Amino acid sequence: MLDVRVFPCLLLQGPGLVKTVKFKKPQYIGDPMNAARIFSAREADEALLLDISAGAEGRGPDEDLVSRISDECFMPLTVGGGIRTVGMARALFNAGAEKIAINSAAITNPELIGAIAAEFGSQSVVVSIDAKRKWGGYEVYTHGGRKRTKRSVVAHAQAMAKAGAGEILINAIDRDGMMQGYDVELTRQVADAVDLPVIACGGAGSLDHMRQVVEQGHASAVTAGSFFVFHGRRRAVLISFPDRADLEAQVLDATPA
Amino acid sequence: MLVIVDYGMGNLRSVLSKLQRLKVEAIVSADPTDVAVASHLVLPGVGAFDAGMRNLAERGLDEVLQQRVTEAGVPILGICLGFQLLTNHSEEGDVAGLGWIDAATKRFDPDLGIRVPHSGWNDVRFTAAGAGESSPMWDGIPDAERFYFTHSFYVECADASDVTATTHYGVDFVSGVQRNNVYGTQFHPEKSHRQGVQLLQNFTQCAAQPVI
Repeated sequence: MLDVRVFPCLLLQGPGLVKTVKFKKPQYIGDPMNAARIFSAREADEALLLDISAGAEGRGPDEDLVSRISDECFMPLTVGGGIRTVGMARALFNAGAEKIAINSAAITNPELIGAIAAEFGSQSVVVSIDAKRKWGGYEVYTHGGRKRTKRSVVAHAQAMAKAGAGEILINAIDRDGMMQGYDVELTRQVADAVDLPVIACGGAGSLDHMRQVVEQGHASAVTAGSFFVFHGRRRAVLISFPDRADLEAQVLDATPA
Repeated sequence: MLVIVDYGMGNLRSVLSKLQRLKVEAIVSADPTDVAVASHLVLPGVGAFDAGMRNLAERGLDEVLQQRVTEAGVPILGICLGFQLLTNHSEEGDVAGLGWIDAATKRFDPDLGIRVPHSGWNDVRFTAAGAGESSPMWDGIPDAERFYFTHSFYVECADASDVTATTHYGVDFVSGVQRNNVYGTQFHPEKSHRQGVQLLQNFTQCAAQPVI
């Protein structure tokens, strides 16, 4: 049976890893190579690496860094941040990324999704959607949560599925870093609207939260940041990943209710 | 020397870096003269079937691969799209495949209640019949181990004796094949932790086989 995927979402700012709260207050966590080594040794299902300053600086993720991280990963690596051309995507695939994540450019240039899918296959294109609850439903935000689009999340996800996306990463901005649970309702709305695998992001604080968003939110995969990098109430930085036995008992065989 | 065939379909660096960890002498090359002297060949790749076949032809790689694999018996491992290219044809396109495995590549049917692509970790079960467990590709790997998949098309073999393992996703599909010196996996061994590395190592220890 296909297992639920559980993996870390690592945020890059410059050469260092950071963790945010509601997309703000980036706190330095450590060295990305070191983190990649730990998650690979702990046999995480994948690694998701998002460069949160790339877009604003008009560049993509650093290819050299991506290739060095990829060499440490005995697991698939998805890379995102500022990608807006097929050439940028190609460079990242050549650097060892298995998949690339597109966020702002999926709104400003939706044709990009189909263009990358045509060359590298849909399975290598993740469309990342940052969402906020508004009156009347969930709305898509871009540019690191700073820009409103007035677009409905569900309509955007459906359009991206049609355009050739292979997966949807749905990130609840207001849950980011809170460790109070995923936005189950948001995830379910998206997962029920598309035939693609949906990755839930934002809010994980326990394995229970993960199970919940799979069973009630119909997610195919769950990703987490704070849950894997902070320890205890004082949020001491300690990179960790759950034991496979615990994951198997609590998350991996969860099925959508 | 092992040659990872570069036909412009991505995913080359991952395979190379994992083989280098195993101290295997390996290069990535698009040059037919390298392919001609390779002890082992790896055909990786992600992307579209027709683009893959066309790229092989444009680089003059199809003929030399044909000669080395079907006449000299050089072991070849197809991974993901590279595995699908070993079949006769694909529902994804119109161009004929390499045809070294008597098989067809088909599209997952979303009407089976599955999300496509099939993406993630799934069990690889050895087949009882055919090459199955006895295939050297599975040495040191337990039955029903998890491997990483990401694909929208799957392979269906005409000859069950070529199938060494299957995986279930809506349907039972072929996740591992071996026919003489031709090996293929639908999953990505280079992205499948220890078990994947073990499979790559097993492949590098396969010797060339005289083709009957």
